[in-house]
Amino acid sequence: MAHAYTPGLKVSPRTRYRCRRILPIKGEVLVRTGQQVDSRDVVAQTFMPGNITPVNVANLLSLPPADVPECMLKEPGMRVEAGEALARTKGIFGMFKSECKARVSGTIESISQVTGQVILRGEPIPVRVLAYLAGRVVEEIPGEGVVLESEATFIQGIFGIGGEAFGPVRMVCRNEKEELTAERLDEGMKGAVVVGGSRMTGEAVRKAFRIGISALVSGGMDDADLRQILGYDLGVAVTGSEPVATTLIITEGFGRIAMARKTFRLLASREGAPASVNGATQIRAGVQRPEIVIPSPAGDAGEVDAARTAGLLEVGTPVRVIRDPHFGMIGVVSGLPAEPRVLGSGSRARVLEVRLESGRRLVVPRANVELIEA
Amino acid sequence: MKQIDPDSVNVILATDCGSTTTKAILIRKVDGEYRQTHRGEAPTTVEEPAADVTLGVVNAVAEVAEMAGRRLIDDAGRILRPASGGEGCDLYISTSSAGGGLQMMVAGVVREMTAASAKRAALGAGAIVMDVLASNDRRLPHEQIHRIRELRPDMVLISGGTDGGTTRHVVQMAELIAPARPQPRFGAEYRMPVIFAGNRDAAPLVEQTFDESVQLSIVPNLRPVLERENLGPARDKIHDLFLEHVMAHAPGYDRLIRWTDAPIMPTPGAVGNILQRIAQQQRINVVGVDIGGATTDVFSVFDGTFNRTVSANLGMSYSISNVCAEATLPSILRWVHLEMEEGELRNHVKNKMIRPTTIPQTRESLFFEQAVAREALRLAYDQHKQFATTLKGVQQQRTVGDTFSQEASGQTLVDNMKLDLLVGSGGVLSHAPLMQQTAALLVDAFQPEGITWLAKDSIFMMPHLGVLAQVHPEAALQVFRRDCLISLGTCVAPRGTGAWGSPAFRYAISGGGLEEEGALSFGEIKRLPLGLGASARIVVEPARKVDAGAGPGRPLEGELRGGTVGVLLDARGRPLALPDDREACRKAMAQWVRDLDLVPPVPA
Repeated sequence: MAHAYTPGLKVSPRTRYRCRRILPIKGEVLVRTGQQVDSRDVVAQTFMPGNITPVNVANLLSLPPADVPECMLKEPGMRVEAGEALARTKGIFGMFKSECKARVSGTIESISQVTGQVILRGEPIPVRVLAYLAGRVVEEIPGEGVVLESEATFIQGIFGIGGEAFGPVRMVCRNEKEELTAERLDEGMKGAVVVGGSRMTGEAVRKAFRIGISALVSGGMDDADLRQILGYDLGVAVTGSEPVATTLIITEGFGRIAMARKTFRLLASREGAPASVNGATQIRAGVQRPEIVIPSPAGDAGEVDAARTAGLLEVGTPVRVIRDPHFGMIGVVSGLPAEPRVLGSGSRARVLEVRLESGRRLVVPRANVELIEA
Repeated sequence: MKQIDPDSVNVILATDCGSTTTKAILIRKVDGEYRQTHRGEAPTTVEEPAADVTLGVVNAVAEVAEMAGRRLIDDAGRILRPASGGEGCDLYISTSSAGGGLQMMVAGVVREMTAASAKRAALGAGAIVMDVLASNDRRLPHEQIHRIRELRPDMVLISGGTDGGTTRHVVQMAELIAPARPQPRFGAEYRMPVIFAGNRDAAPLVEQTFDESVQLSIVPNLRPVLERENLGPARDKIHDLFLEHVMAHAPGYDRLIRWTDAPIMPTPGAVGNILQRIAQQQRINVVGVDIGGATTDVFSVFDGTFNRTVSANLGMSYSISNVCAEATLPSILRWVHLEMEEGELRNHVKNKMIRPTTIPQTRESLFFEQAVAREALRLAYDQHKQFATTLKGVQQQRTVGDTFSQEASGQTLVDNMKLDLLVGSGGVLSHAPLMQQTAALLVDAFQPEGITWLAKDSIFMMPHLGVLAQVHPEAALQVFRRDCLISLGTCVAPRGTGAWGSPAFRYAISGGGLEEEGALSFGEIKRLPLGLGASARIVVEPARKVDAGAGPGRPLEGELRGGTVGVLLDARGRPLALPDDREACRKAMAQWVRDLDLVPPVPA
């Protein structure tokens, strides 16, 4: 077999990007098919049933649970304000009555005769879905949301933290090998998507938080810095909901590793353009990688390609080695031996040969490379 | 379930639809005995664009068919049955963990009692337990409600109260769950199955609490009295609902359900099933482990009691970083005899987490991953020991003889001295370049005591055999013994510790081509060859205060089973304590690596 399939990250100068923007529960869609939207527009909204607060009236009033309903001052479905009396005992000869007050405002959901518990339902919680991407609504899913489409520059990162963010692209390094350090950041970058070259330092991240930079994008970062930023050691790569002021995206991996030249140049070519980024990463079945989406200007007649994720590995394909001892090295496939070989670890595995730019040849397991685009 | 005449079954096809790979095996009757003859695999096809699990099944079966030279799929893409001539099979069965398996939330009144029993029922049925709610779980009601709302389970199991006892607490729990309306991950149209297996007197009250947005099933109490668990009905109901609801929402499963001759089981449930049968049939105590990329499952049968735990975030790829976070890097490095730089290792671990499919290319990288595996297995086994206990809350009748005994209820059932068979499976164990590496990983992590047979599941066939055991136990047990297990050998390790270099035990071995006598001091380990199928007798004479299984200082005679590794005589002490000083520890480890021959030869 002279080829194999292998995963890779999407990096495309211009692609037709589609995204589904769906409410977690049914609600109202606010835009129509064909409509042009901006990334910060609300496209759908709904109200989640409010939080529930149990109040054990029987315990609070020292009553048998069966007596609770007759002491209630409000019935199920009625509204109650915080601090308002919910139930009152009859007292002795009409005196020494004790009362139980609602701790939160809401509606009475149920009154239990078995447990003496009253359930209060709080105010409905609004849920709004933003467009995220400046583009056109191509499909309306009634009651649920929309599908948006836009021609855009699209770059997938390998790992990120923090959720969706927006801002113009700002390049702060001259080339892909320069580190993203704190000195390169200034107050003028507030609200921007700042792109560096190789590793982003912990100090740079902390400064970005202070300034209010929307997102930092760079080749790599140290695990030690990530641990300090998060305040804990990240166990599983399921991210996106971290309460960080700046979304962080690394494109290559952990350590001091330069951004792929193509990615760096592509981002540089879109400097100043408004970008939508999302740091959410889920490395499980149904993998989700962080992304940077920069809509192409209207009327720009660039060629649209189909961004690829996995593809054919054959002689001549550009690849990146993604495991030590050659982690981060980039070259082209120069051979695909069919027979498994014994690795330095002693395991047998199918391998491939990679020719580096320097002309040096490496033999690496097929599982340890990913496709990159030339 | 279709009635099957076991005698007429000659060809059996079994598949296991995992999250990423669908594995198919073919079992045939050869000279009156069932043997696994061929296997094939293909990517699982539950996700877009295929979105039909049967495609992956057909692909995996087609691979088996090609290798076996036997037509198993007809022109319409269905499995051919019954077998005739060189075509088809008599029985087709399947398990599934595709789409993340069965995810459940369980609730009980007291965390250590009914909630623990409910968790056991769910785990035993093969579920992933997302959270356990209990009245005394130290969370305030609003925190519990918040948790219910953010979880997206496939099913909820509620237990609580003994039959005839107070109904109040269990109804209170139902009153929290009902309005919180847990959102199923299959979307708004899915009616969440809720099983109530608590105090039977509370059942009508619980029924009133829930509205028609959920599908409530009421089964007999899983803890009818404090002294006894009755997990069977709840487990059966979980299996039924898994098929009717959860599987029905996975693409293509309706078709797969029609194809199979026995109900589809969740994969871990099937593994538990086969281990239980083996333990029962051979009257032995068994521990089985399956270490995967994301999770580690531990199964045990001690004195007939089955337990299963899933350590959700202890695994070798997706969860490798979590193992490092939980175990800490210094604990992992105890098992590495090479010098390694900590900061760099941390970056390596994270890179493996974000690119989980990569494999170690160098020895250093392999030794480091095997060290992580030891800690993952150790932590998973610790969790298992804490969970597999006698029932808590049981009133103890104490006699004069118990005066000095401090045993309380809730003692762990796991006793390494009583353990007869330790079976390992999962990538890091199955694909280790050397069999002795697999054996060393199992011994270091589980620390078996006395005389313990070590084996590995050759191609992770246990799920297939577990579901087969339901319809054809004889075939399942024959294949398990003959083809599923690869014997690694026997570990002999007395319980007790002593200063390194002081005498630990003397041994005399005869049989199977071995005639050996000798003595080992604390801190030593020795490997002797005893081939597959061979057996020998051993007499162990432990030092004073050291217990080989017959009591401190008493000699023990036992049988050794041969295997690909042979016999491991382990005098490193139990519990195994490694030196605290990094350099001393590295030296000790380097010596054991040499003694066990753990370094693979340099490739040509």
